[in-house]
Amino acid sequence: MVGGRQFGTRLFRLYLPLAVCLVLMLFPFYWMLITSIKPNRELYSQKIMPLIVHQPTLKHYVDLLTETNFLTWTYNTMLVAIITTAVSLVLGTMMAYPMARMKFPGAAVVAIGVAATYLVPQPLLFIPMADIINRLGLGNTLTAVMLTYPTLLIPFSAWLLMGYFKSVPRELEEAARIDGASRLQAMTRIVLPLCSPGLLSAGIFAFTLAQNEFLYALIFLTKSEVRTVPVGAITELIRGDVFYWGQLMAAALLGSVPVAIIYSFFVDYYVAGLTAGSVKT
Amino acid sequence: MAVGPATIARAAPVVGRRASPRRILEREGAFSWIMLAPGVLFLIAFVAYPFFYGIYLSLQERQVAKAGLFVGLANFVTLFHDGVFWQVSRNTFLYTIVTTVLKLLGGLAMALVMNQTFRGRNLARAFLLLPFIVPTILSTIAWMWIFDPTFSVINWTLVHTGAISKGFSWLGNATLAMVAIIIVNTWRGIPFYGITLLAGLQTISPDLYEAAAIDGATVNQRFWHVTLPIIKPILIIVTMFSIIFTFADFQIVYALTHGGPANATQVFVTYAFDLGMSAGQLGMGAAAALTMLPALILLIIGLTFYLRRE
Repeated sequence: MVGGRQFGTRLFRLYLPLAVCLVLMLFPFYWMLITSIKPNRELYSQKIMPLIVHQPTLKHYVDLLTETNFLTWTYNTMLVAIITTAVSLVLGTMMAYPMARMKFPGAAVVAIGVAATYLVPQPLLFIPMADIINRLGLGNTLTAVMLTYPTLLIPFSAWLLMGYFKSVPRELEEAARIDGASRLQAMTRIVLPLCSPGLLSAGIFAFTLAQNEFLYALIFLTKSEVRTVPVGAITELIRGDVFYWGQLMAAALLGSVPVAIIYSFFVDYYVAGLTAGSVKT
Repeated sequence: MAVGPATIARAAPVVGRRASPRRILEREGAFSWIMLAPGVLFLIAFVAYPFFYGIYLSLQERQVAKAGLFVGLANFVTLFHDGVFWQVSRNTFLYTIVTTVLKLLGGLAMALVMNQTFRGRNLARAFLLLPFIVPTILSTIAWMWIFDPTFSVINWTLVHTGAISKGFSWLGNATLAMVAIIIVNTWRGIPFYGITLLAGLQTISPDLYEAAAIDGATVNQRFWHVTLPIIKPILIIVTMFSIIFTFADFQIVYALTHGGPANATQVFVTYAFDLGMSAGQLGMGAAAALTMLPALILLIIGLTFYLRRE
């Protein structure tokens, strides 16, 4: 009897609400998946029950990979995300380290500047940036987005890493310095290895942000060969008023796979990065 | 200059006399600025400069690929006399306020549900965070299809359960289009609130709840007097971040409605995009984007002060 009652409360306090959360959060992905494998006659019929697939097909995937530049977009997206993440991680580390651990003239100004660049949203900058990129002759090059993405990623990485760098006890560094290590060696051999979880968090977060970026890519990349997946999908799989829904969903699903895979391996680091800014240890 | 480390630095054996650049690197100020320089220069060139250049552009009548003409505040005056601008302001505030309330309540509910112990909790957490991870444009494509005028799965469900006789035109109706972008923004944002607040809830010691329970506090009382005060700082920070980014949202609105129908869902950023990029009026677009600044500055100053005080 007691067990039954416990199950009852658990049903209403845990299982049911959890199921509702999962269904609401995951339904769009389920919808993406089944739409991408439905034949057109199922997609564009109001009579057939739409919640399941009756005759699955891979036609939309084949069409997407052979008739569009999807693979090129994927390559561009990955290339840009990897390079900008690496650059931002290096520059972000170099900024965060002195800010977290050293005293230097102008420290307060730098701290406020980094916080401001972190919080000033990209929409305030995109129109002047478009003009600057144009004047530099960088329109329709991946260089344009590689130069602009780090403006979003560096302040974020610096901000996140500062917390980790602060947590390493000063004594460790001082001991190394007494043993003859230079400042640089103390940083690269003592502090950075201890902060590798932080570096991993910042890297994964920066990578997903780079994959998610849309506004700069939309403005700077107007030729198919240089586009990223989000821009390519939304501009080229919708031609005029014609929506290629099967291909759109296949592109949305395949485009999400790299992020989802990396995320699934490092989910704890991602959550740590997400909460580091707001939850203090 | 800090006394402690600097003295140690001088005491440390330095190899040879010719290592003078290395000695400079041993000074705290020099080392700091050498490390900072690349990042600082980059941010000045690609954040600070565009920001001020944007202000300069907003004072010009400037078409793409043409020379600009200084017009003072004329762009702003034109905007403030345009009914569309005020509609855009109302839309943006409505969108931001409604989604923030929904995300806050939904996220708190998600966090409270997830804060119970059960098997597979980490897996559930990983799945629940997916809407926040997947590139926004790609998940919004799925929502475009969910809201399709003819083949909407919501309409199909409502019609087949007999709730309505004819499907809604989700993105074609002014009110429903606003409802649609609010739904998608909320869907994407709830996991951010939920998982961050969950991390906050997990820092609360179970002893506190036990003590409260012994004192006879009900579940409700425990929530209001134990849980809420402890997670309040996190709640405020998460909310402020979320408000800043929702206020400046572009992707969901651009993909789902393009600001339509007839500007019913036009928000500041899509409006600035239409003026500056689609119509090629850089000056007017820059001015429209800058009208967000006062509200953003208030938010950012508020957040900075709060972070400092904590």
